[in-house]
Amino acid sequence: MCLAAPARVLEVGDDTLTVDYGGVRTTARKDALAEDVAPGDYVLIHTGFAIRRLSPEDGEETLRLFDELTASLSAEGPVEAESASTQDSVE
Amino acid sequence: MTPSFHFADPARARKLGDAIRILSPAEPFKVVHVCGTHEMAITRNGLRRFLPETVELLEGPGCPVCVTPAAEIDTAIAIAEAGAIVCSFGDMMRVPGSDRSLDEARSEGCDVRTVLSASDAVAIARETERQVVFFAVGFETTAPMTAAVLLEDPPESFSVLVSHKQVPQAMAALLDLPDNRIAAYLAPGHVSTIIGTEGYEAWLEERRIPIVVGGFEPLDVLYALALILRQHRDGRPRVENGYPRAVAAEGNPVAQALLEAVFEPADAGWRGIGTIPSSGYRLRPEFAPFDARGRFDIDLPVERGEIAGCRCPDILTARAVPTDCPLFSTRCTPLSPIGPCMVGSEGACSIWFRYGGRESL
Repeated sequence: MCLAAPARVLEVGDDTLTVDYGGVRTTARKDALAEDVAPGDYVLIHTGFAIRRLSPEDGEETLRLFDELTASLSAEGPVEAESASTQDSVE
Repeated sequence: MTPSFHFADPARARKLGDAIRILSPAEPFKVVHVCGTHEMAITRNGLRRFLPETVELLEGPGCPVCVTPAAEIDTAIAIAEAGAIVCSFGDMMRVPGSDRSLDEARSEGCDVRTVLSASDAVAIARETERQVVFFAVGFETTAPMTAAVLLEDPPESFSVLVSHKQVPQAMAALLDLPDNRIAAYLAPGHVSTIIGTEGYEAWLEERRIPIVVGGFEPLDVLYALALILRQHRDGRPRVENGYPRAVAAEGNPVAQALLEAVFEPADAGWRGIGTIPSSGYRLRPEFAPFDARGRFDIDLPVERGEIAGCRCPDILTARAVPTDCPLFSTRCTPLSPIGPCMVGSEGACSIWFRYGGRESL
């Protein structure tokens, strides 16, 4: 029920945003949104309300965090010798 | 370039799986999440197979409609029987009250309508002379929207049956149950978008267990699990943000201000758990005219006791998984559900039935 999906902002109105929500053009209220948004930004939508701006760079930043964690752990070396795929993942 | 917010590539999943294995605790380690959307991501993508044998991952009270007490559903039905239009989210419709659901009440002639947003309920109220009641369920993610519609001068015929709940309080209460053995929490991403990582500190900081906010893409969940295990290995339990693209430490201050303007904390009943202090909301006195409980004089029927054989109370408190229940997929199925966890689309039983969840492969 706390499902919230990213939608691309198409237009910014006084009270609402027009968004592309998985290919569907719809509106979302912006009175629960803390950040300013502009067309081209992404927002998380929950029950018809935008609740958070996602910047386009957030996707790459997320991947960087994943890679940083896995790289730091594989640098420490596998503590358990049982993982064969760990060897494959060391680059 | 269109950015992608879908994180599921198998190569990274394998690396995160390796990280989890490297961090495997030697002793049994039980992780609980409190979000139906997490259970969906975990079960549908078979993420439990990435966990070592020592790590258990269970859904606790993560389905808002599943934890709504039967008495509150009975109240909504009684209001509909009194002639009002009752609106709620689709998930709520089939959840059993003491002797029937809102859906069954509708088939008996009550005017019960499914809405996608609190705004839709207000829109219905603007177009009718009849009383319109929004049965407001959901956690902190959803409660600000109920507040928002009350702040924009809804018609006098509109009122709200408030059944919103607050998650950190329930997470703390679960730790106090006997025999729970909860070693860590995977905290819900979109509740955290609203309350921030700081929202857990008042209730859980002293509890000294890892609490990591996780997103809902398969890699988000694996990443958060790896962070939990790293905290455990390093002996540094704390609240950590594993979903920074959607969660700030302070949360969403605008949504929090909406909550603050309209609601005050109140004790709330959770199905399967009981009453948890300050875990719900009630309307502030200035919004009392919009309180459906005050507007309709409802004599509550006596709540039916627990359902024989149904283990929903244990599942909702993360003390059992669906396959521990003798009714699961035998007498209790989504087409003929017995307990709330099989009804709510985010209930653990419903998800395990649909996506074949197993504790381990």
